[in-house]
Amino acid sequence: MQIQPILAALRKHKAGTALIALQIALTLAIVCNALFIIHQRLAHIAEPTGVDEANVFVIENMWAEQYNTQQAVSNVEQDLATLRNLPAVQDATQSDSYPLSITSGSDNFITLKDNQVQPTTDASVYAGDEHFLRTLGLKLIAGRDFRADEVRDSGQRDVVTPPVAIISKAMADKLYPNGDALGKSFYSMSTNPVTIVGIVQTMQRSRLGSWSAPYAEQSMVWPVRDGSPIGVFYIVRAKPGQLAAAMREAPKALYALNRMRIINPKDGILSFAQVRQRAYDSDRGMAILMGIICVVLLAITGAGIVGLTSFWVGQRRRQIGVRRALGATHRDILHYFLTENLLISLGGVIVGIVLTFGLNLWLVTRFELSVMPLTYVLSGVAMLLMLGQGAVFAPALRASRVPPVEATRPA
Amino acid sequence: MFNYYLQLGLHSLKRNPALTALMVMAIAFGVSASMVTYSVFRAVSGDPIPEKSSQLFVPQIDSWGPQRTQDGKPPGALNYVDAMALLRAHQSSRMTLIYSLMLSALPHDANSVPSQAIGYAVTADFFPMFNTPFLYGGPWSNADDDHRASDVVISDSFNQRMFGGANSVGREITLSGHDYRIVGVTRHWNPSPRFYSVWGESGFGDPPDFFLLLNRALDLKLDNTGRSSCRGQLTFKSWDQWLQSNCIWLMPWVELDTSADVAHYRQFLESYSAQQQRAGRFGWAPNIELDDVPQWLAMQHVIPPESRISLVVALCFLVICLVNTIGLLLAKFMRRAGEIGVRRALGATRHEIYSQYLVEAGSVGLAGGIVGLLLTAAGMSGVGLLFEPEIARLAHLDVSLVGLTVAVAVIATVVAAVYPAWRAAQVQPAWQLKSN
Repeated sequence: MQIQPILAALRKHKAGTALIALQIALTLAIVCNALFIIHQRLAHIAEPTGVDEANVFVIENMWAEQYNTQQAVSNVEQDLATLRNLPAVQDATQSDSYPLSITSGSDNFITLKDNQVQPTTDASVYAGDEHFLRTLGLKLIAGRDFRADEVRDSGQRDVVTPPVAIISKAMADKLYPNGDALGKSFYSMSTNPVTIVGIVQTMQRSRLGSWSAPYAEQSMVWPVRDGSPIGVFYIVRAKPGQLAAAMREAPKALYALNRMRIINPKDGILSFAQVRQRAYDSDRGMAILMGIICVVLLAITGAGIVGLTSFWVGQRRRQIGVRRALGATHRDILHYFLTENLLISLGGVIVGIVLTFGLNLWLVTRFELSVMPLTYVLSGVAMLLMLGQGAVFAPALRASRVPPVEATRPA
Repeated sequence: MFNYYLQLGLHSLKRNPALTALMVMAIAFGVSASMVTYSVFRAVSGDPIPEKSSQLFVPQIDSWGPQRTQDGKPPGALNYVDAMALLRAHQSSRMTLIYSLMLSALPHDANSVPSQAIGYAVTADFFPMFNTPFLYGGPWSNADDDHRASDVVISDSFNQRMFGGANSVGREITLSGHDYRIVGVTRHWNPSPRFYSVWGESGFGDPPDFFLLLNRALDLKLDNTGRSSCRGQLTFKSWDQWLQSNCIWLMPWVELDTSADVAHYRQFLESYSAQQQRAGRFGWAPNIELDDVPQWLAMQHVIPPESRISLVVALCFLVICLVNTIGLLLAKFMRRAGEIGVRRALGATRHEIYSQYLVEAGSVGLAGGIVGLLLTAAGMSGVGLLFEPEIARLAHLDVSLVGLTVAVAVIATVVAAVYPAWRAAQVQPAWQLKSN
């Protein structure tokens, strides 16, 4: 196949050629970046929480009266006893927060020394009793669970620093990279050290966001009973397959015990699937939007190539006829148009690669996205070249069927 | 003449229905993607209080020191000690302090269960500062602030819920076991973003049910349910010790009417910080900020990054659709080179050819705009899938968006047609006639 005559012909269609190439370049830039965003968001959504998500649900219980610490704590204990007695419930615990809760908590800076100014990390902290690990289904990989006598009561604006904590493996690795965290200690915004008595495989943070990326999966539980006058979260694990029944029974039982509480009918009781859905709303939406844009964009670019090539084929019927009359085969004509498109597409993707990285760089600086790996661009290039060849195939086939007799007809 | 060109254009569009449909769909998709994302962006990026946004300021004082603050900027809220000092100093024409509350509202009949009420603790100046509209009654007075009165202002929807919409001014309401006197009922009022409380909130949540008198809320130790942030080692064991801690949680706003007032207040913040340094409370030089509403919203990153990225990507998508349209229009127009030659030979000027083809493109744009409008309407109903619920509900298709959709489609298509129409007008009549 001679490339020279194709280039000569393209020179006659400078504007059309440039427009197709430009469209391919822009499409490459957008599709690559959109796919990259989709991939990142989906990877984020797929992060494990460590929780037995199929069987766990959460009740946000607000107190309707202003209790002091003793009253609040005794109410919490009664509620938990009631919940644990329900036929569909396996276990229940209390906390001020939970993985993916997205509640606005406080900062929890972790240091290795008590006089250290710059924190080593910022870990999500959960208040939990001796039922916390079992209820959430968190997997203890080293050390032990809390004992009932370790759990301390905490009231309104009362800083309680228990001497022990169970931390996630990610946090253990961050504090003690040599893997010998068990039995060692750290400081959590207090003057008293906290000893690591247990390590769990995975325990997701309560709040996610680009700011928390450096602290991914770093979280800790300490043995505290939440006697806040505002309210408390009850985390309940249903017996396998009885989640719906447990979610129906639990609020009824709690209200029967004490009516002076608020469990918001809208979102006061959520299955963990709903918790997950809420936490990743914007990520899922972004992935869907980018997906729609990719599909429509590729369709429009493909259709545009079909349209322009069809026009060129119509315009060149006579020349094609002449070539056919001079001995060119069907294949020659077909290859001519396929090669022509390949040349234009190659020009387009070269410009497109530059645009892709430019756009990515801009997103990196403006929106804290990470740098796109080369494989995205390469697969994007392959995809667009294939799209071009596929789009051009039908008009090229029509061109190859132009009979030699066209040469004798006036244009 | 315009009508004649329009007829010619429509006739020509009918000759290549597939090509025309392709152009219309490309424009429709490009415009509707841009409009759906723009409607969300517009909803989150607007000025929530345009008549006063340059007179309302957030005073910020570095109460943590350079080693504990982020990027050397003072933190976004005040601790209790500094907040009260600023309030007592009376250096601005108006000032308020805000924090979040979540209380229970007691039902009237004994059978129903308590319901949740969200709101803010504020001072009297809050209402005139932010132009809160009232349905019944009005705000409490500065004297009520000083007397630490049990006053509350409730919202119209909360009034509906608790009193069936009747004028409840002067009546009592029980919230979390304490009684308050209702002094005013606001009209529906939820600035978007809710600029006065965006520190630690998204700014797009449900409107508050009540506003409680700050001093009363503090006396009752009603705890802040919003964000709080502390540094260093925490030692407080009670509410009173917590008030003296370095934890920041109170949101201050001041109203400053002239640039001289602004300069004066800035000076006041500087001297207050210097005084704290001399007293040994701050171990660092004064570091203060005074941001007006737009500066404050930008600082707090109120616009979610998702809505920006999606707008940028959608606009790029529109550009690609237009590039596509340029190519197709070029093909379509040049295919009729012969016809153009005849018209030119019969006396049509270049200008007339040019106008004719721009009108034809405009009709394509109009069709694209109308289809785009349908797609935008469809996209609006699916916007809940794409953005967080509390942001998605802000986006809606109103008259201005309908007009914008059609206008963008027509203008963009006409702009895209400038080059193809110019090429059409350049056709040499002699060549065309000869080759025929």
